[in-house]
Amino acid sequence: MVELTDRLVIAGEALSSRLILGTGGASSLAALEAAITASATAMVTVALRRVDAAAGQPGGLIDLIDRCGVRVLPNTAGCYTAAEAVKVAHLAREAFATNWVKLEVIGDDRTLLPDAVELVRAAEQLVDDGFVVLPYTTDDPVLARRLADLGCAAVMPAGAPIGSGLGITNPHHIRLIRQVVDVPVILDAGIGTASDAALAMELGCDAVLLATAVTRAQDPTAMAHAMRHAVTAGRLAAGAGRIPRRFHALASTPDEGRPDL
Amino acid sequence: MPDVLVNGNARRVPDETTVAQLVLLVAGLSRGIAVAVNGEVLTRSAWPATVLSAGDEVEVLTAAQGG
Repeated sequence: MVELTDRLVIAGEALSSRLILGTGGASSLAALEAAITASATAMVTVALRRVDAAAGQPGGLIDLIDRCGVRVLPNTAGCYTAAEAVKVAHLAREAFATNWVKLEVIGDDRTLLPDAVELVRAAEQLVDDGFVVLPYTTDDPVLARRLADLGCAAVMPAGAPIGSGLGITNPHHIRLIRQVVDVPVILDAGIGTASDAALAMELGCDAVLLATAVTRAQDPTAMAHAMRHAVTAGRLAAGAGRIPRRFHALASTPDEGRPDL
Repeated sequence: MPDVLVNGNARRVPDETTVAQLVLLVAGLSRGIAVAVNGEVLTRSAWPATVLSAGDEVEVLTAAQGG
């Protein structure tokens, strides 16, 4: 079985799932826990916010993540400059005792797309500081290669803007990114439904990171379950070697032996 | 009794209050918490020895849901 042996490996660590779940947007911690379980994910993202602004009891989210037995991947969501993102990464390392970080440096609040210049600056600094850096990036293959070359442990191109559910707007670039870097490629942002996640894997991505598609679905648990299977199906299909596209039909049933009626 | 700013709100704390003590006052626990004082990250190991001064701006942060 491919899904049992073909593990996602980031910075030497094997993860039991190729689906990474963002925790943003869940209506409650109970809904989030059900979605995490149904997704069979091995890693979830969290943000860092003031204790008096975070919903629920302090520590509730961390307790939940511990209970689920999944790895925590802190993000730098909401940062607009490299300096700010670097500080948040260091704070997250203190809070969660992990040197892994989903590096987000946003360019504007309308698209939430990455600011390439600030992103590269922050990535360089955090790699120097000993972090395992997983940058949320654009679908630009050259930028992805620059991030990989400077020592990022993975690259995480957006399929479409965060929360848009538009799917993968430039599949060709995602395929190109897979060809130009040696680190894992994780499709991050834009996923709307299961077929988008399967497509990401068919394009050669090593994993998919999604939040809104599950947490804001009408039935988050059912969608988490769907995503789990979509990622597995896409991975299997990518390795299975799809048939070439043809302009005309090609009968699968032989003409030979057809009865004369 | 110095006045400090905790997460943007003025707060009067007893003299000689350390960051470790403030964290327990504000959050009730230290697990999963990070602190910045006057814009600089304060490592966990430095909390017990860091005494707050009047006018200090302290951020006490924890995990929140986010993608």
